[in-house]
Amino acid sequence: MQALVIAAHGSHLNAGSSTPTFEHADTIRAAGAFDEVRESFWKEEPPFREVLRTVDADEVHVVPLFISEGYFTEQVIPREFRLEGWDPEQWDSDGTSASSTTLPASDTGQTVHYCGPVGTHDAMSDVIVQRAESVTDDPDVGEGFGLAVVGHGTERNENSAKAIEYHAQEIGERGRFDEVKALFMDEDPEIDDVTEYFESEDIVVVPLFIADGYHTEEDIPEDMGLTDDYRTGYDVPTEVDGHRIWYSGAVGTEPLMADVVLERAADAGADVTDAIEQVKAETGSAHASSD
Amino acid sequence: MLDESLDALVTAANDGITFDGLEVTPTNGSYTVAVDGESATAATDAELRSLVSDHPDHVTNWYFWHAVAPQKQDRWSFLRWLEGANERAVADRYERLEAGIVETWGQLRIEVALVDTDGNRRYSLRHEDDAGVPGEELDTHTDPLDARTLAKHDDDGRYRPLKTAPSLQTGWQFPDLTADQVVSAVDFFYPATSSNWHKEREGELDVSHWHETVERQTGIYGVVETWDRGEGYEHVNWVAEACCDDSQCLKRREWQYDEETELDIDGGDGSFPCREPCSLVISAARKWTKLEGEQPATYEFELTPSEKEQIEAIIDAVAEGKTEEIREADVYDDANRYRTRFLRAKLFDDEGNLCGVDTEQ
Repeated sequence: MQALVIAAHGSHLNAGSSTPTFEHADTIRAAGAFDEVRESFWKEEPPFREVLRTVDADEVHVVPLFISEGYFTEQVIPREFRLEGWDPEQWDSDGTSASSTTLPASDTGQTVHYCGPVGTHDAMSDVIVQRAESVTDDPDVGEGFGLAVVGHGTERNENSAKAIEYHAQEIGERGRFDEVKALFMDEDPEIDDVTEYFESEDIVVVPLFIADGYHTEEDIPEDMGLTDDYRTGYDVPTEVDGHRIWYSGAVGTEPLMADVVLERAADAGADVTDAIEQVKAETGSAHASSD
Repeated sequence: MLDESLDALVTAANDGITFDGLEVTPTNGSYTVAVDGESATAATDAELRSLVSDHPDHVTNWYFWHAVAPQKQDRWSFLRWLEGANERAVADRYERLEAGIVETWGQLRIEVALVDTDGNRRYSLRHEDDAGVPGEELDTHTDPLDARTLAKHDDDGRYRPLKTAPSLQTGWQFPDLTADQVVSAVDFFYPATSSNWHKEREGELDVSHWHETVERQTGIYGVVETWDRGEGYEHVNWVAEACCDDSQCLKRREWQYDEETELDIDGGDGSFPCREPCSLVISAARKWTKLEGEQPATYEFELTPSEKEQIEAIIDAVAEGKTEEIREADVYDDANRYRTRFLRAKLFDDEGNLCGVDTEQ
């Protein structure tokens, strides 16, 4: 028996925060690779502290649905899951290269394969590109387009910026988009000045956030000048300073995210090869272009 | 299923069976069979098969609990509890199951009934307030995963951050669930409650009390630990009274101030235990830690006796969530909206200060 637990942040205030977690979990359930799949939250239920006891399997893959490596993945989740003997060194990460480690949970005795967060997995770059395809409704988007990968910045965690820069660089090296830049909400280069950083007339803006909420629905659209008041909405694309801004909303809502969760579990030894193929077929660009 | 059940039972008989009043003891190639205390002997497997087939309810009951019901201990025990399996003999239980046995779990009404003579159970689930509502008037669901969506909002469409708040929406039903599915649906409505309930019954509930829970916090919640300044535990009584009362959460609070110090507030009557302060309590406690760090000041207000009582009534109405119930024209209720607006018009200055008294003095 193998089980998957997706560990996400959740919210006390925003009902939509857990939606992407549920949707990705359902995609993975439908692929049938795990005997059990369960969502778990820092702010909702089942909490990190109690999710393992609801799972029957002796071996559980825990994948954090978080963007960066840091406070939550290195302190909160291992502590709350009661992973005995956890040390961040076990991931041997430079801030964007977390792997996985296997530890016992002290309360249930289950064997936990604790994986790095989805946000720093290589496959996340594909999701960002897929998000650009989705928002432009163009499976070949790239030529003549700039791509801005947007993150929170360093306010609480330096790895937060590293993850954004890592994917921006990785996608840039593919040469698909004319320009790829990492932009931030609270440090330079700032999202407020998005049009100054690009020569391309068309700019796709993909925020590296797990769920839509205050930042992605209110802050970023207003900061970029897509709208004066988020409540009145904005067009996709919206023209700003002679550029067309294609703003995608949180990357974490892209269905292909389910693939990254599976890739994390696969890297930790889960037998999910067929499920990965199925999920990619259902949520990848082939699927999007046939819609 | 009876044939299948008999096959499985005869196979299992080699290791002996003792279950719900059915006993099969293998002895030197033959079997001693006791059903509800009456004994007989079977010399061969075929005789055993014939003998127990006279007690089909015992056979299907044994099969259901060993081959159909989920075997994870807490799920199994929860399902057994639903039909009172430990208290009711098979004959009595099967008779009751014909009509359906009903239990309540939080605000869930769970009914289990036999659907055929093969011992198959059907579980149905709805809000306890919908007990008497005809099924066709309720939205019908078949997939336990739907419970996640139903649990998200209350009847007024407001987000429910706490799954065990007594605000579960009404108007839906799961009329036909299997044993696996009902356990799963209950876990989506009230996550981990049956697991913790089972642990408690086994004497293994791992309670984390207030002090150790706040000690564990880091990041923005690390500050809560500083609220415990060796000044007793009265503040934790207030937290429990505010957040954990049955009117706010259906879990029965089992955590105390610490292992040695019980809180003075009742933990409630819930079926399932609460094993540690939840994230809502910790979030609120973070706010209270900051607020309670303030020093009291003396303010002087002039109020009529009725105005003082009115302020008390308004606080009460907000704390009990009763403001929506107070009718617009019911000016006899102290927390009525017109009455409250009058009070504000009379007593507040332009800056919103009560009786014109500045907060900072």
